[in-house]
Amino acid sequence: MGTVSSTHAETPSGRSLWIELPDWPGNIAGQHVDVRLTAPDGYQATRSYSLASSGSAARVQLAVDRLPDGEVSPYLVDDLQPGDMLEVRGPLGGWFVWKEEQTQPVQLIAGGSGVVPLVAMIRAHAASGSTAPMQLLYSVRTPEDRFFADELSALENVTYAYTRSGPTDARIGRLTKEHLASAVLPPGAAVYVCGPTGFVEAVASWLVELGHDAASVKTERFGGA
Amino acid sequence: MSIFTRGFSGRGRDDNPALPPGQYLTEDFPVLSAGPTPNVDTDHWEFTITTESGAVHKWNWEQLMALPSEDIHTDIHCVTRWSKLGTTWRGVSLDTLFAEVETEYDYVMEHSYGGYTTNLPYEDIRDGKAWIAHTFEGEPLDPEHGGPARMLVPHLYFWKSAKWIHGLTMMKDDDPGFWEQNGYHAYGDPWQEQRYW
Repeated sequence: MGTVSSTHAETPSGRSLWIELPDWPGNIAGQHVDVRLTAPDGYQATRSYSLASSGSAARVQLAVDRLPDGEVSPYLVDDLQPGDMLEVRGPLGGWFVWKEEQTQPVQLIAGGSGVVPLVAMIRAHAASGSTAPMQLLYSVRTPEDRFFADELSALENVTYAYTRSGPTDARIGRLTKEHLASAVLPPGAAVYVCGPTGFVEAVASWLVELGHDAASVKTERFGGA
Repeated sequence: MSIFTRGFSGRGRDDNPALPPGQYLTEDFPVLSAGPTPNVDTDHWEFTITTESGAVHKWNWEQLMALPSEDIHTDIHCVTRWSKLGTTWRGVSLDTLFAEVETEYDYVMEHSYGGYTTNLPYEDIRDGKAWIAHTFEGEPLDPEHGGPARMLVPHLYFWKSAKWIHGLTMMKDDDPGFWEQNGYHAYGDPWQEQRYW
């Protein structure tokens, strides 16, 4: 059981939450948690959310995008307040993770709120002092829809692919194979792709067509409510 | 024990008896995979069953299609909490494929094109409980959902229904497969909520 310590509006439809978890065993960058909500009549709803944080601290950060038909995400984005209790189980998942002993270059590719576990990797990479190159390609609708915008703006190795609107000098529109080819590290890099299913399917297929070994492309998709 | 979440009332109650605990209904068909979708051509497709004696039973696509296929009406339950009710598949029963296979081993490892593996007890793929499915809702199975053919073991969480199925290997012990090594339960009964270990 955790306690919400702070919330921060990230985008028009999403926000991040810091949750104090006294018994948290720590987590690896890229892992997720299950969040369970319980209504007064005992009804429960559970969903998985990626963590933007990693390491041994007894608090974690989630970032949640409000899904229009969602049941849990609207509560987390609109209703939850600092001081509220929240049931959190984890850490979960041992596949879509980055560890500091990895030495090969890393290409992160995010679609929308899929950036959350990749931010955990960027932070873990910076904290570890790793000399492995790491860069992020972030596909997002508009600049206002970027999660962790200030933090990412301060970094050099982040490029954006805006799908709806963006700076006048930017290419606007859905990511294409050609754009992807020009924006990511060449084959040999460890690649992490996270986003909506259609985005991940397209990007992962293009990566293989561009010569990336399928075994070096790790994917995580989200869907559902 | 759990405490109430302040201000949460929840949406409609999915008190459908077909829905295992902790699952919600979806009309979509979400995708859970660990990597890129492999491109598997039926001209080169092959399915094998390998036993402890070293015997390898082999089928190509044409041979699979020549076997009797069954219609399967079933609910499917993903560990990521969506359930899809009343789906219709067509596929070849594992009972048919194991008809000539002799084995004393109690466990099976499923192997996929792309390298994915998942383990389960042999008895869970016998007696009308599992199929090699090649058709979904009357259409050839989409690559993204495991086409040209995937395992269908609908009484377990859906990660046990390996996409892009390539072969089965009999095992003496219940060695863990891919997701099982990465935090998921060895057996995966949705009615027992066996999600994680």
